[in-house]
Amino acid sequence: MAISTDTKRGRALGRTASRRATEVVVRALVFACGWLAIVILAAIAVFLLTNGLRSIDEVGLGTMLTGTSWYPTSNNAQFGFLPLILGSLFVTGVALVVSVPVGVGAAVYLSEFAGRGFKEVAKSVVEFMAAVPSVVYGLIGVAVLIPWVRTTFQLDSGMTALTGGIVLGVMSIPTVLSISEDALHAVPESLRQASLALGNTRWQTTYKVVVPAASSGIFAAVMLGLGRAIGETMAVLMLTGNAAVMPTGVFESVRTMTGTIAAEMGEVVRKGLHYSALFSVGLVLFAMTFAINLAADLVLERQRKRWRR
Amino acid sequence: MVNALNVELRTTAMPSLVMTERENDTVVAADASGSFTLSEVSVAYGRDLVIEGVDMYVAPRSVTALIGPSGCGKSTLLRCLNRMNDELGNVKVGGRITLDGQDIMGRDTDPVELRMRVGQVFQRPNPFPMSIYDNVAYGPRTQGIRKHSELDDLVEDSLRRSALYEEVKKNLKKHAFELSGGQQQRLCIARALATMPEVLLMDEPASALDPISTQQIEDTIAELKSSVTIVIVTHNMQQAARISDQTAFMLRESMEEPAHLIEMSETKKIFTNPDDKRTESYITGRFG
Repeated sequence: MAISTDTKRGRALGRTASRRATEVVVRALVFACGWLAIVILAAIAVFLLTNGLRSIDEVGLGTMLTGTSWYPTSNNAQFGFLPLILGSLFVTGVALVVSVPVGVGAAVYLSEFAGRGFKEVAKSVVEFMAAVPSVVYGLIGVAVLIPWVRTTFQLDSGMTALTGGIVLGVMSIPTVLSISEDALHAVPESLRQASLALGNTRWQTTYKVVVPAASSGIFAAVMLGLGRAIGETMAVLMLTGNAAVMPTGVFESVRTMTGTIAAEMGEVVRKGLHYSALFSVGLVLFAMTFAINLAADLVLERQRKRWRR
Repeated sequence: MVNALNVELRTTAMPSLVMTERENDTVVAADASGSFTLSEVSVAYGRDLVIEGVDMYVAPRSVTALIGPSGCGKSTLLRCLNRMNDELGNVKVGGRITLDGQDIMGRDTDPVELRMRVGQVFQRPNPFPMSIYDNVAYGPRTQGIRKHSELDDLVEDSLRRSALYEEVKKNLKKHAFELSGGQQQRLCIARALATMPEVLLMDEPASALDPISTQQIEDTIAELKSSVTIVIVTHNMQQAARISDQTAFMLRESMEEPAHLIEMSETKKIFTNPDDKRTESYITGRFG
């Protein structure tokens, strides 16, 4: 069967100019989108740094990081970040105590034991939990948790690191749960089969094989939950009492880094020293969350490689 | 229909009732442990009957090969023997299966206990993400063995039986994923042997391996025959002919009807002078 010359012409090797142009434009667009995220991140870092430069210059980064008093508005102004950093760590610590057992436990249940129907329902509920605005969590904390903490622990005030931490923990459960669940789900079914065939129960299989195999992913889930908790602002502002003093326990009022920036930024002189110090607080916060997320990402990537055999 | 069958057999299997003839058979062979007797075994996935009416006797300390085209239910039947089908959720097994005269499908049989006596090796090597030693010691530890000397002996013995010991003895702490595919599969055999099973089920254990590794697995099976009963599913007919004592040929003639056991007898007979025309066609490569 002979091929007609018409068909041959239709199969010319060169692409038309318009098709080539489309290709170039689309590729440039996608390329730009890919780089945009990186550019924005770098821009944030530079922006924080330039605005914080005055305080770094006049007070010194070392003095700020190790200073134990935060008196930004007194005549002899002190810009010590330690009370704020510790405040954030105390609240985040409590949040982890709440979110890790509940989040990981629920993930294990959903991944290994729950029926398909319940799993679907539970997953949508958890997604909804993540969509509730933090100010709503704050409101519930104010109405329920503050009085409960005050009466239960017989304190003068219910606005403590504990109160903020509990609410923050509940808020980071969805993060910990869904990423842990992903990690458990990624463990090959053949490992469960092997363990069951060796005369292990479902539960023995879960804690001896599945959870250890998913441990790096679960660790990453905890780190991302931590990142979520440390950066949260509104709920802690409403619940922790915001006393900027060095905390010694979770039953005290604390002020977090995020709470400080949110509460004070409205009252500072633009480009002033206090203004600049708040940007430095932001820079420290940025560095901490960046490090936490990076660590989580590296661990997750390692886990992905591990099962790609 | 399968369910009705199941309930009926469960009630006849109550302890105080009269023993069946088959049970008498196996009581005679009680000292030779690791024999399976299947009678009228049927399997259904949901409402779909996939295997019907399988009668089979697996002699102790022998190698039995299950052959047949893809989708004929060989692996499903194999999983009945250690009740791994229980884990799949919607699988119903009817009929009666006894291991050394004991009903393994009864309510009082714990599948977890059963699986310590009936080990399984899977199609693809699936070592746990831990050291060679910990992989082999996994089963014994579940059984409550904690003494180091005892575990050491079990690990060495199991690795020797699966012909891997000489290759790994220098470094038992090495991660199992660093082994080659063939070594991993022999590690999986060692892991299954460490619980001292009477029976070892193998589901196409060499299908993911190269010819040399396959040869090593086959040699291992020949060695193991003296101490455990082996039931092996294989797609490779030469393999079945080389390593097995009995061969069972299964066939599902159309998707509308369940698979049946067409013929089972000595391997030599199946491969030289089968009784059934369909067996002959399959063996000679006319279909499948």
